[in-house]
Amino acid sequence: MKLTLKIWRQKGPNEKGEFKTYVHDKVSPDMSFLEMLDVLNTELIKKGEEPVHFDHDCREGICGMCSLYINGRPHGPLQTTTCQLHMRSFKDGETITIEPWRAKPFPVIKDLVVDRSAFDRIQQAGGYISVNTGAAPDANEIPIPKKIADEAMDAATCIGCGACVAACKNASAMLFVAAKVSHLALLPQGHAERKERVERMVAQMDAEGFGACTNTRACEAECPKGISVAHIARLNREYYNAMLTSYELPSKAGGDG
Amino acid sequence: MNNWFIRFLTSSVGKKLLMALTGLFLILFLVVHLSGNLQLLHNDGGKSFNIYAEFMSTNVFIQTISKLNFTFILLHVLLSLYLTIQNRRARGGKRYAVTSGKSSVWASRNMGILGTLVLIFLVVHLRHFYGEMHFGSVPTVNYDGKEVRNLAAVVDYWFSKDWYVALYVFCMGALGFHLWHGFVSAFQTLGLNHPKYNGLIFFVGKAFAVIVPALFAYIPIAMYFNL
Ligand code: HEM
Ligand code: SF4
Ligand code: FES
Repeated sequence: MKLTLKIWRQKGPNEKGEFKTYVHDKVSPDMSFLEMLDVLNTELIKKGEEPVHFDHDCREGICGMCSLYINGRPHGPLQTTTCQLHMRSFKDGETITIEPWRAKPFPVIKDLVVDRSAFDRIQQAGGYISVNTGAAPDANEIPIPKKIADEAMDAATCIGCGACVAACKNASAMLFVAAKVSHLALLPQGHAERKERVERMVAQMDAEGFGACTNTRACEAECPKGISVAHIARLNREYYNAMLTSYELPSKAGGDG
Repeated sequence: MNNWFIRFLTSSVGKKLLMALTGLFLILFLVVHLSGNLQLLHNDGGKSFNIYAEFMSTNVFIQTISKLNFTFILLHVLLSLYLTIQNRRARGGKRYAVTSGKSSVWASRNMGILGTLVLIFLVVHLRHFYGEMHFGSVPTVNYDGKEVRNLAAVVDYWFSKDWYVALYVFCMGALGFHLWHGFVSAFQTLGLNHPKYNGLIFFVGKAFAVIVPALFAYIPIAMYFNL
């Protein structure tokens, strides 16, 4: 296959970036999208040029590191991660535009690599539970109905990739935060911190500068794990309940805010 | 910003709650307003409409609700402006070079534009009808010894102008799209999303978004063409 790639190149966080066009004729339809970029980079290195920087780690769809906004969609035309996208999803001779995630809280570090530590700070604000140390408790000690366990598991599959933010016209992180809040709110283990968790995570999300949700559902359509916006409705319920019934907390919105 | 209530309502989720509540109130208002407007379709020289309009503009209870309604429209508009600007900023300095509309519905991405069209309509409409009724001079008619202002004649006047009817119908289209997304969206914002009743909200929401603006738009068309 022969492709024309328009790739966003940016030397550093404060540099002005621009699109560079590359003609890539060593593409096989069986390559993954990242392998296609690996081959491009090998060629660039051979020519003594700076390779294209992009994020990746597991290359099996579970770590959430690979990003890339491909032809106007996060992770490209399929609802999957970029590492699981193959070149057979493109046509020979096609022009592919590759951009980094665009969101104020996700600043570009270099080329296609963005800093997603805003997600870590949201997670640290409340996405945890308290457990006693000591021997591991018996697995089935706490009864959890199958339906609830399934729903919590669906939310827990979120890999923190940020495609929801990238896809949303408001760069809203609601689907990510909803997945994290929902997962722990559904389980008995999460109940001790249930109210302060949602309060703090929403406060941190706002402090990071993510947009507000307008229910366009673009996040759900692009999420590689198929997280449903039903979790956003649950986040809203959890938030209303927490704000109206929790004990007063000192407002603490760390991070950048 | 340490007060919990202020923190609640100024958070992103809280602002959306206010958008949803004011939006739902405006939806109720549309129903009442439409039921009044439909009186214009009676072939009685505007009598039932005028009696209704006189009642609405003089009844103390209705006038209180009306003030509340104005407050909510203002709140809905100001919040929408704030949210739209904030949401644009969240994208950061650089926007995408290529975007795709495949993952969401057009109306959901253009609530700001659609709302602005509804707002332009509201201003024109208030100036010609509400303004005349409350601050202007509307000629009166006599029904069984009772002096009633003839708002139906004012409506007749404006609905005989082609540009006015066209503007009216166009803006009702915008309202329809606003509601196509807004109705269902408001319930999601309230946290009401459950397989038990999602189907009902969806059906009622989409039907409302088509039928109500269509009926509003039918009235000027019917009066223009003397249907
Ligand atoms: C009769 C008139 C109107 C009705 C019935 C109405 C109804 C609604 C409803 C139900 C929503 C959904 C709320 C949610 O997603 O939770 C909404 C959202 C919205 N409305 Fe209106 N609206 C009206 C007029 C306006 C006007 C005049 C504007 C302003 C310029 C406006 C701007 C918006 C915007 C921008 C949103 C999306 C906000 C967001 O989700 O963040 N609307 N409206
Ligand atoms: S909700 Fe989906 S799109 Fe968003 S971070 Fe989690 S896995 Fe990625
Ligand atoms: S590289 Fe880990 S999900 Fe793609």
